Amino acid sequence: MFDSLSEKLTGILDRLTRRGALSAADVDAAAREVRRALLEGDVALEVVNAFIVKLKERAVGVEVIKSVTPGQMVVKIVHDELIETLGASAQPIDLNAPAPVVIMMVGLQGSGKTTTTAKLALRLSKQMKRKVLMASLDTRRPAAMEQLAVLGTQVEVQTLPVVAGQTPVQIAARAVTAGKLGGYDVVLLDTAGRITLDEEMMLEAAEVRRNANPHEVLLVADALTGQDAVNLARSFNERVGLSGIVLTRVDGDGRGGAALSMRAVTGKPIKLIGTGEKMDALEDFDPSRIAGRILGMGDIVSLVEKAAQTIDAEKAARTAERMRKGQFDLNDLRDQLDGMMKMGGIGGLMGMMPGVAKMKTQMANANLNDNTLKRQVAIINSMTKKERRNPDLLKASRKKRIAAGSGTKVEEINKLLKMHWSMADMMKAMGSGKRGPMAGLGNMLGLGGGMPSAEDMAKLAEKMPGGLPPGMPGAPGGGLPAKFPGLSGGMPGLGGMKLPGGVPPGLPGLGKKK
Amino acid sequence: MTEPKPSLWQRLTGGLKRTSSALGGAVADLVSKRKLDGATIEELEELLIRADLGVDVAARIAAAVGQGRYDKTVSGDEVKAILAAEVGKILAPVQKPLAIDGTHKPFVILVVGVNGSGKTTTIGKLAAKLTNEKYKVMLAAGDTFRAAAIAQLKIWGGRIGAKVIAREQGSDAASLAYEAMEAARAEGADVLLIDTAGRLQNKTGLMSELDKIVRVMKKVDATAPHAVVLVLDATVGQNALSQVAEFQKVAGVTGLVMTKLDGTARGGILVAIAAKYNLPVHYIGLGEGVDDLEAFDADGFAKAVAGLE
Repeated sequence: MFDSLSEKLTGILDRLTRRGALSAADVDAAAREVRRALLEGDVALEVVNAFIVKLKERAVGVEVIKSVTPGQMVVKIVHDELIETLGASAQPIDLNAPAPVVIMMVGLQGSGKTTTTAKLALRLSKQMKRKVLMASLDTRRPAAMEQLAVLGTQVEVQTLPVVAGQTPVQIAARAVTAGKLGGYDVVLLDTAGRITLDEEMMLEAAEVRRNANPHEVLLVADALTGQDAVNLARSFNERVGLSGIVLTRVDGDGRGGAALSMRAVTGKPIKLIGTGEKMDALEDFDPSRIAGRILGMGDIVSLVEKAAQTIDAEKAARTAERMRKGQFDLNDLRDQLDGMMKMGGIGGLMGMMPGVAKMKTQMANANLNDNTLKRQVAIINSMTKKERRNPDLLKASRKKRIAAGSGTKVEEINKLLKMHWSMADMMKAMGSGKRGPMAGLGNMLGLGGGMPSAEDMAKLAEKMPGGLPPGMPGAPGGGLPAKFPGLSGGMPGLGGMKLPGGVPPGLPGLGKKK
Repeated sequence: MTEPKPSLWQRLTGGLKRTSSALGGAVADLVSKRKLDGATIEELEELLIRADLGVDVAARIAAAVGQGRYDKTVSGDEVKAILAAEVGKILAPVQKPLAIDGTHKPFVILVVGVNGSGKTTTIGKLAAKLTNEKYKVMLAAGDTFRAAAIAQLKIWGGRIGAKVIAREQGSDAASLAYEAMEAARAEGADVLLIDTAGRLQNKTGLMSELDKIVRVMKKVDATAPHAVVLVLDATVGQNALSQVAEFQKVAGVTGLVMTKLDGTARGGILVAIAAKYNLPVHYIGLGEGVDDLEAFDADGFAKAVAGLE
């Protein structure tokens, strides 16, 4: 449904054949698309407008590096700016206060306050070894206190016994006292929510805050919230005073623009994100991941990180060199298949890429799964060294032997060889790389026209602290290869690739559909 | 429930007062001051975006308002009326009541949606409405995941005198639906409302569970479910579009109910959904009370969105 922003920007800006600095007109054209992407991602309008002004200031006059397209350049700038707005580094829950440290949770009904309270209690007690007490101040919703008690048992954290007829302020006072007497490190207060932002709720929350004097006041908010997120965050911040935000339902497929809106209007950090129904599904907030999502880029950052961890850089460099010379043999293919399996197999890779759902069905149709990868590796392993280097040797009798050795059929061997041929052909074509229909693929494989020289990379690194690759689909062809060419340079590139008719031929194991 | 109540009109504008006051006030502000020029149209577009109408629909409506009126001095009320008319044009085709087709007995309604959208409450309200219309209603507590959901539905059942088919928490939702359909058939119920557990539309496992529920229902009656109602939370932004798309794909949604319009939300996303999917909108939820489910009125909704009183 959504084309990724980088695709759109590439579309707009790549028509510019001239190079050099980004002009005001270029940036204006790009800014319109950025604005749209942000609004579609539920970032509040006022925040979008302020963001666009900053973006323009920052982008006009920036020198475009030879190996990167202007579109990629702008995406990188947008991404950085987003991260800056979201808060460059993660800010954990602050427990640096005399015990018991009081943490108060506020938010609308249905935002996930009670669940988040229990998740936080689990995290503090298990990971940080604190003695935690939870108390529900929700005297309105009938089952709220029981719900917290049930969750308390589940996560093995004490809850304050319920005393009927007490006001929220009284319960909070009792909780703090019990916290002191019981030697608790942390007291978590779960306040009552309302369906709407109403006066009564604000007064109640403000009063609890005055009396219990919490060290942290966390706003729990649904990541799927629309434009209203700004009002929500602003009201709570003005009326109650916040120290941070917890974003829930980040496991949904919402873009999470609410995060940016709330952070921008309150200036308060997003401290934690809820990522599932299970009690341990509470994670530290990572600005770059949310930035990628808002822009519709999937979780490319994680993908790149994973690639960096698992790919043997030297081996990859060797493969890339061989590819360039058109000497891509079956050993190289095996290395790539191995690499894919190490990164969590097809499923694992797919999970990290945007536009996945569509592709998953395609792959299911083409009968592709991790077993296919394993079998293909098995086939190559059943060949002699000579055969791997020179697949042309493989005639009927050799194929029969390999099929028997690897527990496969001759057809599967033929399929693998066909895939190898088409890949090798393509690489030869790209080795002479010109910009053209194949240029995208060249980028994807870290070869061809888009392949930057070492000098380009150095220049790029100077200009862009923090490096180019993370979260830049389409860019990795330009950004990654020096580090890990071949497979890894290719994989992230898929993020920016359209996958309409078929699976990209460069992805080993995906071969051609029958 | 025959007692006089505030007119639908009052309730709707009351419920949408945030949208209307925010939007209406701003519209009046911006137009009374000057002529209807490009900048004004752009601001109008921004106001619509702020009400969650989405970029495309906002641009389309703003352009329609400007059509033929460029550089004319227009009063705030006139702009509101034009705005309401344009929004109304999009919404009118989707204003369709939830019709109970008597040829199916029981008429099976499956209620789906993401967590916390208000499915169970909507079922309660809907069951009360149908009971008032003299239908024999039966409920199925198909949300076997959330403990409180089964109890909640039983309370509703007790309140309106409808039988509730339930099993213990954690049992298989599809077989519960099967059982409920057989029970409803055996007891001659007119309408069977089946609750389901909330699920985010991108959780493949949970979505295929929903697919299974629908499949299993067809074993009792090949034409079931006769209606699949998607419940949407008005506070959700553009993600509601993806919710509609995914639930339609898996469960074959036939109509929508939007809840929590009494909240801070504006419900403008409903206009975007109408423009894109043309799915009937049956009801809107305006509160927690049993009567707070109103038949969707496109004209009234459009006026409320435009801040016209």
